[in-house]
Amino acid sequence: MTSSSSTMPWRTAEIFVRHPLVERYSPLATTVLALIAIWYVAALAMNWTLVRDGFEREETPYAVADVVAGAMSAERPLLPAPHQVVAAFVDGVFGYPPLAPRSLVYHSLVTVSATILGFVLGTLFGIVLALLIVHSRVLERSLLPWIICSQMVPIVALAPIFIVVLGAIGLQGLLPKAIISAYLCFFPITIGMVKGFTSPDTLQIELMRTWSATPRQMLWKLRWPSAVPYLFASLKVAITISLIGAIVAELPTGAEAGIGARLLAGSYYGQTVQLWAALVASAVLSSGLIALISLIERGVARRMGAH
Amino acid sequence: MPSRKPNISIANEPTIRHRPNENLSPLAPVDSNPTPSSATSLGRLAVDAQNISLTFETADGRIDALSNVSLQIAEREFVSFIGPSGCGKTTMLRVIADLQQPSSGTLLVNGMSAEQARLARSYGYVFQAPALFPWRTIEKNLKLPLEIMGFSDAEQRQRVERYLALVNLTGFERKFPWQLSGGMQQRASIARSLSFDPAMLLMDEPFGALDEIVRDHLNEQLLKLWQSTEKTVLFVTHSIPEAVFLSTKIVVMSPRPGRIIDIIDCDFPPDRSLEIRETPGFLKIAQRVRTGLRAGHSYDE
Repeated sequence: MTSSSSTMPWRTAEIFVRHPLVERYSPLATTVLALIAIWYVAALAMNWTLVRDGFEREETPYAVADVVAGAMSAERPLLPAPHQVVAAFVDGVFGYPPLAPRSLVYHSLVTVSATILGFVLGTLFGIVLALLIVHSRVLERSLLPWIICSQMVPIVALAPIFIVVLGAIGLQGLLPKAIISAYLCFFPITIGMVKGFTSPDTLQIELMRTWSATPRQMLWKLRWPSAVPYLFASLKVAITISLIGAIVAELPTGAEAGIGARLLAGSYYGQTVQLWAALVASAVLSSGLIALISLIERGVARRMGAH
Repeated sequence: MPSRKPNISIANEPTIRHRPNENLSPLAPVDSNPTPSSATSLGRLAVDAQNISLTFETADGRIDALSNVSLQIAEREFVSFIGPSGCGKTTMLRVIADLQQPSSGTLLVNGMSAEQARLARSYGYVFQAPALFPWRTIEKNLKLPLEIMGFSDAEQRQRVERYLALVNLTGFERKFPWQLSGGMQQRASIARSLSFDPAMLLMDEPFGALDEIVRDHLNEQLLKLWQSTEKTVLFVTHSIPEAVFLSTKIVVMSPRPGRIIDIIDCDFPPDRSLEIRETPGFLKIAQRVRTGLRAGHSYDE
């Protein structure tokens, strides 16, 4: 009868392990926990000398525990500990009214508005380019090299030029940032949509031909729906690139507002905790934007008979 | 299956039907022209091909896909093209459909050039694969050619209902193609090709990818369908029993160069069932097809 007492807890554990929620999220949770552990160790190692030197400069006697405590709560650590970043993030999000200049919500809104405008512009531009490329051999040969070249120049170098040039013709604020963001994000859209528009198989094209479909019908009834899966794949890449574009565009504008401004200010004044909080904010934003697109994708896919 | 009584006086029926929103009239003859001189007593010729040749230039040299093919098909015939791979049977069908252009020869389809016939939407084409658009429901797939041709919404609905019933797919309107079996998908694709009421049905090995039982079943259904709609059917196949069972005329072809080596008339009673395949008459024709195929077949591959 000893077996029953030894198998019972085992069975409970098994039920727990087989639980759908556990099965689904345990790999993710494990990785997150591991990363946090590594992060703590790294924070301790990197801040150690900083804190120890501080104690020695003030000639205060200290124990190892004091250094550890100090490394976990330094005001300007080399690497802030996770809990410091989380605290700064939570404080930035909830600690101020949403439109206060110190609120992360405010800066996120500034960046997101440029991101979304740039994303919309870039997507439209990218689709138009793809259409031109698909419909004309000549345009394909003349446009494609320029499109590829456009992505070879680092955006950090281009952004100030854009801001200056657009500022000279009277464009300021949201639009220049959106244009920089669009400049970055049209590329995956064009590449994806060229692939998508040419994805219908010969059979489908010939079928349309036997019905004497016009080129416009060919586009709207065959090429466009065939390209939808490619569109969403490209959109997910493009939206994160848009966000990066908007953040980079905020750096040379004098850093008044936006996630980019927070990053810049944080690095100027050695406010590492603020820097990391802004990073977390941008990560949360881009995950949110991707999740939004995935949601729309799922809805569209369901209407288009995905299984 | 609703019995649509066909128009008996075929000879008086204009073959070029006017479609609503027909925007292609500059290319297609506006009126039904007098029947060509070569018309038989049965009615006009659906296909009149004289010395059609088609050569491809490939990396390996010239390929004679079709060499001097002449063929006349009267309206309302059921013609099967049979022959080994590379004999040009599919190419012939594609030439008639204006999906490929012959290198030389003259071709009239319903009294028009192949291009005019295509623009006048004279035929429905059924490929070996159903080629249903996966993002459209069965109902919407049937509507696709109708949308393209500009039929009214009410007309579209009515036709979808009628032709789904014709292929026994009523009730599957809202299903997506992947929810149907291969045989059902092919039936949907046949309904789609019939939905705009073309004069001809071109079928390129439509049942080639299906298993024997499904194939037999669809052969019977196709026969009934042909009898009830009285369309001209051009049917490419690999299968001798299928060709003999369905056809009024069997065109036996042979490769390198692609040519016709025999044309066999078949006249089994219209209400024939699959059992006819065991009768001596059937076997005799099948034997003749086989002999033709063997004569034209080279075994040096």
